[in-house]
Amino acid sequence: MSDHAPTGIKRWLFTTNHKDIGTLYLWFSFIMLLTGGAMAMVIRAELLYPGVQVVDPNFFNMMTTMHGLIMVFGAIMPAMVGLANWLIPMMIGAPDMALPRMNNWSFWILPGAAILLVAPMFIGGDFLAGQGPAFGWTFYEPLSGQYGNLAFFVFAVHLLGFSSIMGSINIIATILNMRAPGMTLMKMPMFVWTWLITAFLLIAVMPVLAGVVTMMLTDKYFGTSFFDAAGGGDPVMFQHIFWFFGHPEVYIMILPAFGVVSQIIPTFSRKKLFGYASMVYATAAIAFLSFIVWAHHMFTVGMPVAGELYFMYATVMIAVPTAVKVFNWTATMWKGALTFEIPMLWSIAFVFLFTIGGFTGLMLGLAPVDFQYHDTYFVVAHFHYVLVTGALFGIIAAFYYWVPKWTGNMYPPLLSKIHFWVSLVSVNVLFFPQHFVGLAGMPRRIPDYAVQFADWNYWSSIGGFVFGLSQILFLYIIIKTIKGGEKATDQVWESAEGLEWTVASPAPYHTFATPPEVK
Amino acid sequence: MHEERKQANIKTTRKTLLIAVAMFGFGYALIPLYSVICDVFGLNGRFIDLQQTDKAEYIANVEKQVDTNRTIRVEFLTTLNKSLNWEFKAMQNTVDVHPGKVTEVMFYAKNLTGRKVIAQAVPSVSPGTANKYFSKMECFCFDQQTFEAGEARNMPLRFYVDPNLPKRIKTISLGYTFFDTDRKVASIK
Repeated sequence: MSDHAPTGIKRWLFTTNHKDIGTLYLWFSFIMLLTGGAMAMVIRAELLYPGVQVVDPNFFNMMTTMHGLIMVFGAIMPAMVGLANWLIPMMIGAPDMALPRMNNWSFWILPGAAILLVAPMFIGGDFLAGQGPAFGWTFYEPLSGQYGNLAFFVFAVHLLGFSSIMGSINIIATILNMRAPGMTLMKMPMFVWTWLITAFLLIAVMPVLAGVVTMMLTDKYFGTSFFDAAGGGDPVMFQHIFWFFGHPEVYIMILPAFGVVSQIIPTFSRKKLFGYASMVYATAAIAFLSFIVWAHHMFTVGMPVAGELYFMYATVMIAVPTAVKVFNWTATMWKGALTFEIPMLWSIAFVFLFTIGGFTGLMLGLAPVDFQYHDTYFVVAHFHYVLVTGALFGIIAAFYYWVPKWTGNMYPPLLSKIHFWVSLVSVNVLFFPQHFVGLAGMPRRIPDYAVQFADWNYWSSIGGFVFGLSQILFLYIIIKTIKGGEKATDQVWESAEGLEWTVASPAPYHTFATPPEVK
Repeated sequence: MHEERKQANIKTTRKTLLIAVAMFGFGYALIPLYSVICDVFGLNGRFIDLQQTDKAEYIANVEKQVDTNRTIRVEFLTTLNKSLNWEFKAMQNTVDVHPGKVTEVMFYAKNLTGRKVIAQAVPSVSPGTANKYFSKMECFCFDQQTFEAGEARNMPLRFYVDPNLPKRIKTISLGYTFFDTDRKVASIK
């Protein structure tokens, strides 16, 4: 096998190389991050002051909807798959993914799905007319069923589902069949473990999502009545099926980030990961529990008390394996020889801020108090703490940790430090006040609000603008690192462990053509 | 070695694909499952349908225990689904009843369109916990209602409130929404 990489557009269109596909995924998700981020800027601009100033309410609703859909399905999930593509074969000593051609297809479906998703916004040639979906990212029936361009949305979700399922099958096959001799399951790096479990979650719930949108489609165009009360259907059932997908989905987005910080923290603590086996079991336990807690998203629909209690206890139980993980990261750092390189800064911020999001999650999981918090900005604050300072921080940490291996160049140290500190401060200015306005009763998904919430919303918007701008700096850092910079050694980090550090920097186009021996 | 891996990959792909297909089916299986759970636990208005059970005996039993010490106010709300051009109202806004006492009230509907319409009324009880204590013996919501163009008619509802209704509930709201069953016609504008 030569180390020759094909060139030009065909290299990217027809590539079956896991590194190329990983790069494509990561760039795609970054473009989506900026797109969804721009929408968040519109949302925060409207909420800067009370009253309706910037956009009309329907356009505002379209922005919240598209922001959520793009960030979940376009930014976070593909970024995690991109990391999996780049890293899993190198971590387990495989020459490539198990099904390279399907891998190409999994990626190239995504741009089509993204176009279908955003296309309705431009129908009629008038972007500001707000023809896109405006029913919230959870697309609750019966509101979503009345949306005129529903078919676009449904087929976009179908394509996203196909992409995710194929990607997951590939990851499972790679991890189960392609490991180097001697790499037993319990010797696999934590990132590989978290992705193996995530992939199983994906193939279990993405088809349910595909099913629920298919029901919406047939309800609207083919005369079925799954969610239509007129024909004996039930809109509440939509919420049950949606959240049966939706709850595992939130773990799909966070588990790989758990894996990332489980790689980074030991490196910069110069210690082995504390409690490796318990980390594996905790991840599996979280994945299992995610299937049996969905109705905690719908405590207020009118469930019997027994149902509320069951879903409350089951939900609160998730705190146990999650705490195992947080304590293990803390114990890994305990008495370690810590240094604070950029990936470590992001990882520590992850542990700290994700835990805040975890605690607010516990509050929301308590049925009696959820009646106050439900559909308020408290919920918005909660899931942004776990998804932005959780999943997204994990992805950014992964970028800084592995980019020297990917490109052979170190990131620019000063700019990266600025990126971290500005992001850290602004993200808290952005989301922390949302706890307060939420507890005080500000509902989510509204373009206007009572003046009592004005001050905190003002600060939240300022934080939002700064956080948004600091990701433009991130784009500059990415390009600068790809173009050049201090050369990285093969080992890159003094005490990094794992097979990916045994290959050259930048990683050659083909690695581990002959499998390495793992002791 | 290579051949072995290939075989293993094909096997894994088959198995995982099977899981994906099965889960797609499971999504649809949730619907009958949901229905069964609602029936078993009396959720979502399912408990009230006395048509199949041994009605006469059950009612005779309830009638014996009319609780004249309690008075429950029952309020009636009527709604039309947006696609239905009808007039629909309750002949009385509220009625005060003793638990266990069978009561009859009337609703009035008129088809304002120039065509025959088959419609279905869907009930909803609030608070939700009162649902299983609110029993309808005869209701226009049990069947689809056919109205000729311009036809108007009174429709009865016979019900009683179960004496086991929790003490704290003093008012029950019963809402009806009328839907056009022939939505294909309705959606053509």
